[in-house]
Order: sequence, then structure tokens, then C-alpha cells
Amino acid sequence: MKLTIDRLHITLDRQPILRDVTLEADKGDIVGLVGPNGSGKSTLLRAVYRSLRPTRGVVRVGGDDVWALSPRAAARRAAAVLQDSTGNTTGLSVTEIVSLGRSPHHGLLDRDGAEDHRAVAEAIDRCGVRPLADRDFASLSGGERQRVLLARALAQHPELLVLDELTNHLDIRARFELLDLIRATGITTLAVLHDLDLAARLCDRLIVLHEGTVITAGPVLEVLTPAILHDVFGVRAGTDRHPDGVVRITYAAEPLAPKPGARTADASSQR
Amino acid sequence: MMVAISIGAVTVPLGDVWRIVLHHLTGAGPVGDPATDQIVWNFRAPRVVLAALVGAGLAVSGVVLQAVVSNPLADPTVLGFSYGASLGAVLVITATGTALGGLGASTAAFLGALTAGALVFLLGQRRGRLAPTRLVLSGVAVGYVFLSATSFLQLQATPNELRTVMFWMLGSVAGAQWSQLPTVSAVVLTTTVVLTLFGRRLNVLLAGDESATALGVDVNRLRAVLLVLSSLLTGTVIAVAGGIGFVGLMIPHLVRLAIGADHRKLLPVTALLGANYLVIVDLLSRTLNRPNELPLGILTALLGAPFFLWLLRHNKGLDTG
Repeated sequence: MKLTIDRLHITLDRQPILRDVTLEADKGDIVGLVGPNGSGKSTLLRAVYRSLRPTRGVVRVGGDDVWALSPRAAARRAAAVLQDSTGNTTGLSVTEIVSLGRSPHHGLLDRDGAEDHRAVAEAIDRCGVRPLADRDFASLSGGERQRVLLARALAQHPELLVLDELTNHLDIRARFELLDLIRATGITTLAVLHDLDLAARLCDRLIVLHEGTVITAGPVLEVLTPAILHDVFGVRAGTDRHPDGVVRITYAAEPLAPKPGARTADASSQR
Repeated sequence: MMVAISIGAVTVPLGDVWRIVLHHLTGAGPVGDPATDQIVWNFRAPRVVLAALVGAGLAVSGVVLQAVVSNPLADPTVLGFSYGASLGAVLVITATGTALGGLGASTAAFLGALTAGALVFLLGQRRGRLAPTRLVLSGVAVGYVFLSATSFLQLQATPNELRTVMFWMLGSVAGAQWSQLPTVSAVVLTTTVVLTLFGRRLNVLLAGDESATALGVDVNRLRAVLLVLSSLLTGTVIAVAGGIGFVGLMIPHLVRLAIGADHRKLLPVTALLGANYLVIVDLLSRTLNRPNELPLGILTALLGAPFFLWLLRHNKGLDTG
């Protein structure tokens, strides 16, 4: 399903967080959202999964404004895996966590049906967490948890995946495993990624966000230029496509460039 | 429950209890000795039923409040509801010298609990949203304010009033009458059923606010609805039984340890266990120290806490959260 964000403005406590953000993800695309801390990446995601109402502008998933949909209708289209610290999942098993993904498909009086059990079982198998199915979610390792949360999102049967730092704190193998899993789903994905190397590997296209605005968007190699890395991320580095097709970033021996302050003339010329 | 009805200052054979209860429920069979009938049907039966309803109500509110503020320490006491009820009751008792179980004290306690609930609700908001941490802190603060007002009133009270106040605050179902039961049972049963229907959404709430939003739950509205329902429920049961601690905090954890945290199972099982627990505690409260009665609040914790601590030692699940 197609995701369209059109001239999005978000202001929090009179502080503009996002300004005039426009972006698109076509069906099946994996779009990476990169940018330094505080650039507005997570805020942008919140507008997509309907947690933060835009001050101006529209987020459309599958052609409809998500704020014109009911919360449950929106959650049947877009599923999210987030860095959420406010919950308390003690006592819920892995299967029960994955079953939460079925809740947008049900009203107060509905009970779980065969379709729910099938969706949950499928998501569990797909994410390879069958052996953990009866474990207490709280007892899992970080990598295991992320796979379970991804299974929960898949059980939602979404047409858009919203991922916030899915691979944070995971060991290197777990990271690559998750990337493969996401690619294999074929679902349109909007992912915030801190690790530029991983972003380059996973995404079809990247969007660079800096101080609440889109600096540049496009194929990985066109976006991660030395100029952008210098001006937006404050590092000296080069990128090139290796013969195996993977884009790699090589950081300079002295990687620290001057700290990016307000957007420089140089960076805006890249748009 | 039948056993609990049969035992007391006068022990009635279990067979007689069955016969009397059946007679009143169906109109069939002999009544037997009018004095025994009086004891069983007018004193013990309503008392046992009330104990069950109060136990269920407190335990259910505990489960819901713990989910609403995503804090395992939450219960009607921590959120200030019980202190609000105490202040209401103490105001009436000291002002009028009303005896225990009087309608005035109950009504005032109910209003006190709802006032506390409303205050916590108003103070627990941040940028128009109910924030879990703020809710707990507001509850504790509101509780302290009510508690100090209550303490002040107690200092002014006559020794006789003070005894009534103490007994009320520690909780009792001794004043149970059939006339109270329709209202209390309607509130307890309805809210428990409605809250169980919210079970799936309560589960979603455990995933955290942002994740719950992404799962299609209007978190703020859900919190508001749950807070209203649970303060109504707590207010109702505290109004008739006084401030009984422990049940709302520990019974939910006991059940979680036993069957897990899926609210669709957790809520009904907690209601049943809470009901049974308070029936047993009430039975002990009127038999341990015959013919005197002990307040329920003393026994609930004295009996339950050691068992809970034992269970905690043998279960590692709680530490990993």
C-alpha cells in the first residue's frame, strides 16, 4: 500500500518539530528515514501511526488520510514496532504478545476466531519464534524480543510497516537476520535507522531529515554523498558501491567534521 | 459460602443452612427454627454475599488500576480512592455520631472515593493526556491530603466515635443487610463484566502507550473509561465495607503468577479469588476471637502477605520485567 506524506507540519509546545515534510513510499518499497538525533524522525513516525496529530498537512496510507480513519481502521493498515518504554509486559507469553496484533480486527464483543489463530501462528513461524511461543516475553533477550514484536506487527496483517530503530542494541547477526525478515515480507516499510550501513543495505530509498525538514531523498548512493555526510551528520566519509552490489560507507581517518549547526547553504543546495 | 454461613457465634449444621437458603430462594421446604432462620438468612447470608462482592470488587479494581497506570504497586489505596472514602465516612461519623454501616457514612464514603478519583483524574493529565506516572503521583498526593484531614478529624473525635472510625477504616462487612445487596451486586457484576470485555484492550495497554496507539487503541480514552469504571467500583465496595487493604494489591498478583497476565482470563479469575478470599477472611474475623470481631483489614494482610511472599520467592517471573 502506498504511503504519502504531504506538506506535513508538526508543532509541539510552540516548537516546530517538522516543517513542510513531503515524501512517498510506493507499494513494496523500503524507505529509510535517517538523520541525526533530534531531527524529527520519530515524530514523523508518530504522525504515521496516528499518535500525533499534524498541525498542518496530511498522512495518507492507501489513499486515505489516517486521521480520517478510526484508530482501529488505521491500525489495520499500518503496524509499528517502536522503542516503547512505558509498558509492563510481565506475565504475557510470546503468543499472547503476538496476539495483540489481532486487536485492531476486533470490537469489544468479538472473540478470537480461526483466522486470528492462523494469523498469529503464521507470524510466529515467519519470524522464527515458534520455539519461544510459550515463554514469558519479559524473559527474552533483546534480539528475541524484536523478532516477537515484528511477529506482532505481521499478525496485524498491515500493508505498511513502521519501524523505529528495530535493530538497536542487537548483536550483528541478529541485525542481519531482522533485515532479511523485513525484506522477505514484501510489505511497504518506513524505517528509522541510526546505523547508516544497515540503512544502506536494507533500503531502496533513503530520506535525510535534518532539523525537521527533508534535506534530500532518493536512491541510497545519491543520498549518502560525502557532502550530506559532512553537512548533516558532521562526519567525513565516502560511499561507494562494491562489486557485490552493496553500498558501503568508509569513514575518514579523522572522521569528525565541524558540528552541523543550523542548516548550511551547502546542504540546502543538495535538495 | 455455605460453610461460611454455617459457622459463627452459633454454629448451624450445614444441612440446616442448605434447607433455609433453599427455602428462601425457592419457597420450597420447611423453615425450621425461626431463631436459626433469623441467624442464617438475615445475619450471615447477606454478610457472606457482601464479603464476596467486596472481595471481587477490590481485586478487580486492583487489576485494572495496575494496568491503567502501568505500575504493579497500584491499588485503590495507592491511588487515593480509599483515603477519599475514609474522609467521607469519618466526616459523617464525627459530625453525627452515626453508627457503623449507617446509610449516611456509606454515601459519604462513596462520594469521597469518587471525589478522590476525579481529583486524580484531573491532576494526572499532562498536555491533555493521562500520564501513568503522573496519575500514580497525583493519587499518592491526593491520598495524603485526605489522610491528614481524616487524622485531624480523628483527633477531634470522642473515644466512642473514634472506635467506630477505626473499625470503619479497617473494614468490616458486619453491617451487611439484604437491602444493600442489589445495588452493590449490580455495580460489582456489571463493572466486572464490562471490564472483562475490555480485556483485550487492557492487554494492548501493557505493550506501552505508543505501541498501543499503533495497535488501534485510543489510549487516552481507554484510560479515562477504565479510571471512571474502577473508581465507581471501588467507591461502591469501600462505601459498604470500609478501607480493606491488601486484596486489591495482592490478589491480582497472585492470579498473574498462577495464570499469566491475559486480562480476559485474569479479570474473572481475580474476581473469584478475591470473593473467596474475603469470605474466608470474614469467617476468620468473626471466629478467631469469639464473640468479638476483628476488622477485616487486619486479617487480609496478616494472612495473605506471608503466603504472597512465599509465592514470590518461588517465582522468578516478576524480576525480569
